[in-house]
Amino acid sequence: MQPFLLLTLLLLSAGAYYLGRRRAFAVADGHVRNLHSLPSFYGSYAALWCGLPALLVFALWAAAQPNLVVNWVVAGLPPELRDLPPDRLNLVINDLKNLVGGNFVASASDPVMVEAAERYRRLQAIGNAALWVVVLSLAIAGIAYAWRAISPALRARNRVEGVINIFLIASSTVAIFTTIGIVLSVVFESLLFFRQVPVAEFLFGLQWSPQTALRADQVGSSGAFGAVPLFAGTLLISGIAMLVAVPIGLMSALYLSEYATPKFRAFAKPALEILAGIPTVVYGFFAALTVAPLIRQIGTAVGLHVASESALAAGLVMGIMIIPFVSSLSDDVINAVPQSMRDGSYALGATKSETITRVLLPAALPGIVGSILLAISRAIGETMIVVMAAGLSANLTANPLEAVTTVTVQIVTLLTGDQEFDSPKTLAAFALGLVLFVVTLILNIIALRVVRKYREQYE
Amino acid sequence: MSTTAIDTQVALNGTLNRSASPPRSAGVQVTDYDNRQTVGKITVDNPKMTCREVNVYYGEKHAIKNVSLDIGANEVIAFIGPSGCGKSTFIRCLNRMNDTIPSARVTGLIKLDEDDIHAKEIDVVQLRARVGMVFQKPNPFPKSIYENVAYGPRIHGMVNTKAELDDLVRESLERAGLIKEVEKRMLEPGTSLSGGQQQRLCIARAIAVNPEVILMDEPCSALDPIATAKIEELIDELRENYTIVIVTHSMQQAARVSQRTAYFHLGDLIEIGDTDQIFTNPRHKLTEDYITGRFG
Amino acid sequence: MNKATSHDGVPLRERDIKTIVNAGLARRHAAERRFRWYGLIAISLGLAFVVLMFANIIGKGLPAFWQTYIQVPIHFDAAVLDPEGNRDPQTLASADYGALVRAGLRQTFPAVEGRLPLRALSALLSTDAAYELQRRVLADPQLIGAQQEIWLLASAAVDTFVKGNIDRTLDEANRPIKDQQIEWIDQLRAADKIERQFNAVLFRNGDSREPEQAGIRGALMGSFFTLLVTFLLSFPIGVATAVYLEEFAPKNRWTDIIEVNINNLAAVPSIVFGLLGLAVFINFFGLPRSAPLVGGLVLSLMTLPVIIIAGRAALTSVPPSIREAALGMGASKLQMVGHHVLPLAMPGMLTGSIIGMARALGESAPLLMIGMVAFIVDVPKGFLDPATVLPVQIYLWSDLPERAFVERTSAAIMVLLAFMILMNGLAILLRKRFERRW
Ligand SMILES: Nc1ncnc2c1ncn2[C@@H]1O[C@H](COP(=O)(O)OP(=O)(O)OP(=O)(O)O)[C@@H](O)[C@H]1O
Ligand SMILES: [Mg+2]
Repeated sequence: MQPFLLLTLLLLSAGAYYLGRRRAFAVADGHVRNLHSLPSFYGSYAALWCGLPALLVFALWAAAQPNLVVNWVVAGLPPELRDLPPDRLNLVINDLKNLVGGNFVASASDPVMVEAAERYRRLQAIGNAALWVVVLSLAIAGIAYAWRAISPALRARNRVEGVINIFLIASSTVAIFTTIGIVLSVVFESLLFFRQVPVAEFLFGLQWSPQTALRADQVGSSGAFGAVPLFAGTLLISGIAMLVAVPIGLMSALYLSEYATPKFRAFAKPALEILAGIPTVVYGFFAALTVAPLIRQIGTAVGLHVASESALAAGLVMGIMIIPFVSSLSDDVINAVPQSMRDGSYALGATKSETITRVLLPAALPGIVGSILLAISRAIGETMIVVMAAGLSANLTANPLEAVTTVTVQIVTLLTGDQEFDSPKTLAAFALGLVLFVVTLILNIIALRVVRKYREQYE
Repeated sequence: MSTTAIDTQVALNGTLNRSASPPRSAGVQVTDYDNRQTVGKITVDNPKMTCREVNVYYGEKHAIKNVSLDIGANEVIAFIGPSGCGKSTFIRCLNRMNDTIPSARVTGLIKLDEDDIHAKEIDVVQLRARVGMVFQKPNPFPKSIYENVAYGPRIHGMVNTKAELDDLVRESLERAGLIKEVEKRMLEPGTSLSGGQQQRLCIARAIAVNPEVILMDEPCSALDPIATAKIEELIDELRENYTIVIVTHSMQQAARVSQRTAYFHLGDLIEIGDTDQIFTNPRHKLTEDYITGRFG
Repeated sequence: MNKATSHDGVPLRERDIKTIVNAGLARRHAAERRFRWYGLIAISLGLAFVVLMFANIIGKGLPAFWQTYIQVPIHFDAAVLDPEGNRDPQTLASADYGALVRAGLRQTFPAVEGRLPLRALSALLSTDAAYELQRRVLADPQLIGAQQEIWLLASAAVDTFVKGNIDRTLDEANRPIKDQQIEWIDQLRAADKIERQFNAVLFRNGDSREPEQAGIRGALMGSFFTLLVTFLLSFPIGVATAVYLEEFAPKNRWTDIIEVNINNLAAVPSIVFGLLGLAVFINFFGLPRSAPLVGGLVLSLMTLPVIIIAGRAALTSVPPSIREAALGMGASKLQMVGHHVLPLAMPGMLTGSIIGMARALGESAPLLMIGMVAFIVDVPKGFLDPATVLPVQIYLWSDLPERAFVERTSAAIMVLLAFMILMNGLAILLRKRFERRW
């Protein structure tokens, strides 16, 4: 239904463009020279008048209508239903929507519901019809206005360019609004959470069990929200990942930039970067079904107890994922060290490895530290690998063979499955999200600073 | 001096039993523009380095063409010539720095004392320890002043104790005429020095490994006149202990610091001889044009 | 001048550098070789992981593209299907097709008696077998009364066994397929009545609890709708932002903020975007959960920085001379950008966008937050239908213990990777094709 309306609108705008151009020719007595702008601008002018206001109204209407309809239907329900608590009412409304959608629901035989569904359907039909009428008349009114407004003196180009300018500026603010949206959403929900669970308990508590109450008088009463085990688990897994990724990534970068022949480099660099393109869910699958059992087997063979969801498996695979990240960032950094440094060292009789370890690495150190920070922030925020390969139980341990859980795992567990909004359980996820956002943001800002400073040094 | 051409031939045939360069046709004037044969005496009595028929190619490009010359012990020899004539390319042959450029290919004979520097048993690490180099742009390592100078002795294992190293660093800085300025700031980064000081630091760094020859590729081109004067003074002092090859664009500088001068043009060694003679009485038209400023 | 002297009293200056260096050469060259080896080993490890992972996944997933079918003689008995004989679609649809299947199986193995053995016999076939017959009859009622040999989908256990993934020697109680069934399978094999055919079900069906009936069609359509939304939103906005920042924006604090902001946004963990989607799009704006529309909105916010950064790079690579030429001809700044700069920068922008879209295609974490993880059987038909996407489907299946699902998960990964390779290949092609040196 609505796609059709949009299509119609599009066609109308195209027509308006054509009309606007014709009109421009007409008012100019066929001499384009008489016009202020090129005829196509008059066409665009008309098309904009036709499409833009109609589109705005359409968007607002489409956004508002479902809620309005629901409200009206609810208002028409018998009082005993209308005055149900919000969550029960929501269930009723869901049933209603299913009924309207033609799906079978348990309450289908309830006459009240059937009648409400009928009302719902009617309101919806009326709304849709009204939408058509309003949008189409607006579009036609727009054309009419443009038709009358077009005259040789009309500065069509300036008007059209003004609209485009506004569009450009508005687009560039989307990124800002995204950030604001992120900040507001996590901060707002986190504040609600911290009203129920004190910040100190969240940040420094050693017990994490959001499902069960430990004591009856427990704040928040649905469980313990001490996030330290999650932070520790996140650090443990990221630490293992960095232990894998930094040496391999760095040595690869050094080899590729200092030793490899151009041919080998042309092959190996993109081949390594394949690792960066593989979706993380694939790594998660690999970790959970191949690496974790393997580690467990090896552990059992040498007489160690290894949890089936060990931190080691998740960390190892996460490390593999981060290798190309470290290597390509370090590669950039190493290549930014001027050739004259290498020349100076070689001219003193240093070997390649001496030059690398004693001149290149110290010179590139700030940049390498920056890229490692970026990689750490990547590791901390990584979700799928840990969701699939790390555990759920919040153990406070430094043993990589045990199962630990991470911040991201808990966010996912708390927010998937059945959830009531505004319970401390779901709000806790946002508090964790806030921590995650702040930590990665700080890491990124520091890293970008360091790298930028480093680059300026050699410019 | 009509013996110059003969000198060249003798030198070539004496050291190398080859005759790659075509015999000169009698009709060509020695001073003619078209003559690409080296004019002047390429040999010296006590050579530190001998180069014979050196050719350098960058891929297809023939950058140095059949250059032969001797570098005498404890002399300062200056390479001059218009930009792009191959001075840097040639000087980089002397410590095999061209090895670091993948496309570069060097042929011919280059000897340091009696050792062929391209021979298998000569290690490039050892060669570069013996033939130090100072670059056009000062390139101190991003380390402290002390560590910059200590770098060479450390990697070559020249010293056994910290005290020895301290002495060596101090002495090298002293010889480079830098000690007074940096005595109090040995642990500050080398990059915190001024350009001229940095260049002297690089010289100190090079002489810390006690090389036999020091190559300097336009060491003063990034410096102001006062810093340049200091370096020139330094070169004069260093001559006592080292053989020095210097590339320069400044005729005055060549005249001031060197005993012999070689003039390169488009990859050819055009003329070589005592500095006084080259500057007062050039024998090749191209040399004359260059030093009188009609060229380059 | 104080002369530095070494411990043996010889002035350092007079010691021969040649011998000093020679003494350490062997050790230093050994260290050099060692270091080189470390580098080579590091790269080989990285490349080995790539190979290992691909080999592992292809090894596991390739068999899933073939599925076991069993040939069963089916008598489309009119007495069962249409007792009244009026071919009423309603009657035909609700007839007991299972009975036909059971009869066919019994015909193949007449010796089988008893309730339990018969049930074991039926378990050779998927529950889809009956639906298959229903589909055939509804499509062609003429079949009624006919007798046909029909290839029917085998159950997942049989399929797994036939593919050699169940150990015969295992204790009977520990395997999903019993001795008796193995015997039957061997008989079917001997009679050439069991074979593997291309697994069309995988591409035709939505999700299912039964592995042999589970397909990725639903997830593929979900991904398609989600990515369509992502592209329609992020491409125009991304290009417009890049154009604004690169060509129009005054260099002031405000644009600085936008720039820093975009760089930071590019590094925000994807799951945080999921939180944003949940809080803003679902809870605040009341958009439906699990909908591709919301998924697309979230992913477009994630993809935006990628497109903007690529777009700006493409714009800066257009030489200023072209701008000056256009402006010199009296074009307005917008005309200059629209007619001259944008067309030249477009290949670069498209390349960046395709790479961004490939990343969005592989993204799953934020979609978990907005409910695209539900078990959804129906193939979505629009932007508001509940849906899941390919990577999330992989995540869902990877949790299921059955061997047949492991196989399917790997197959789904192969399909996902194939799409990623396709998109990246396209991007590379585009870059090569339009690469221009000014
Ligand atoms: N790495 C290289 N690859 C290819 N060609 C090169 C390379 N280095 C130098 N050349 C070429 O070799 C020739 C000689 O260059 P070289 O640097 O030796 O000149 P130069 O005499 O030192 O000049 P300048 O006085 O400007 O330093 C030039 O034509 C140059 O273009
Ligand atoms: Mg040079």
